[in-house]
Amino acid sequence: MNIDDFLAYIIMPILSTSSLLVFIRFLMGPSLSDRVVALDLLITIGIAIIAVYSIISHRPSFLDIAMIFALIAFLSTVAFSYYLEKRKRNE
Amino acid sequence: MKSLILKTVSTTLLPLLILFSVFVLLRGHYLPGGGFIGGLIAAIAFILHAFANGLDQTRKLIRIHPGFLIPVGLAIAILSALAPVIFTGDPAMTGLWYEKDIAILGKIGSALFFDTGVYLVVIGVCLTIIFTISESV
Repeated sequence: MNIDDFLAYIIMPILSTSSLLVFIRFLMGPSLSDRVVALDLLITIGIAIIAVYSIISHRPSFLDIAMIFALIAFLSTVAFSYYLEKRKRNE
Repeated sequence: MKSLILKTVSTTLLPLLILFSVFVLLRGHYLPGGGFIGGLIAAIAFILHAFANGLDQTRKLIRIHPGFLIPVGLAIAILSALAPVIFTGDPAMTGLWYEKDIAILGKIGSALFFDTGVYLVVIGVCLTIIFTISESV
């Protein structure tokens, strides 16, 4: 088994299953903060999927997309927490 | 928001993201990238700075109103589209290319100026929308 088969048949299903589980948590999540954390984790899994796909398809230019995704992934969490705090102050 | 970590990260990430956006803009002819994505990345850099340091600081950093970038970008794009009609007599939006390679940029042509116009328009639109929303909330 070479590295491409390993990534395609073992790592990719694991990542897909984990993203499905996180998405269920995102839909069910009792409180808003649970959903925000689930969204953050979804973005992180997306970065992993892009990186693995770039190795499988032998295209290093996809890695730049994963890099910019990783740089700004925390921005959504920051923005959500910013507006949650603002809403609490307004109430 | 008063957070020392976020402030430090934003001052480090702002030049890095703008550099990356210019890289994506220049690479856009043959590889993934281009004016639209580069403009979005540059707008995200300023939005991150606005979250960390407050809106007034970011306005001071940009100096001009971001809406001013929209007509400038549109003018650059329209001029690059009309350049073949004016200079060589070809139909509008024909790609004009300079024959020699330039050190870092590679082949330079009217498509690069069109992309630069798109880049400025996207930055202007994104920053105008986000600043208006964060003022009203």
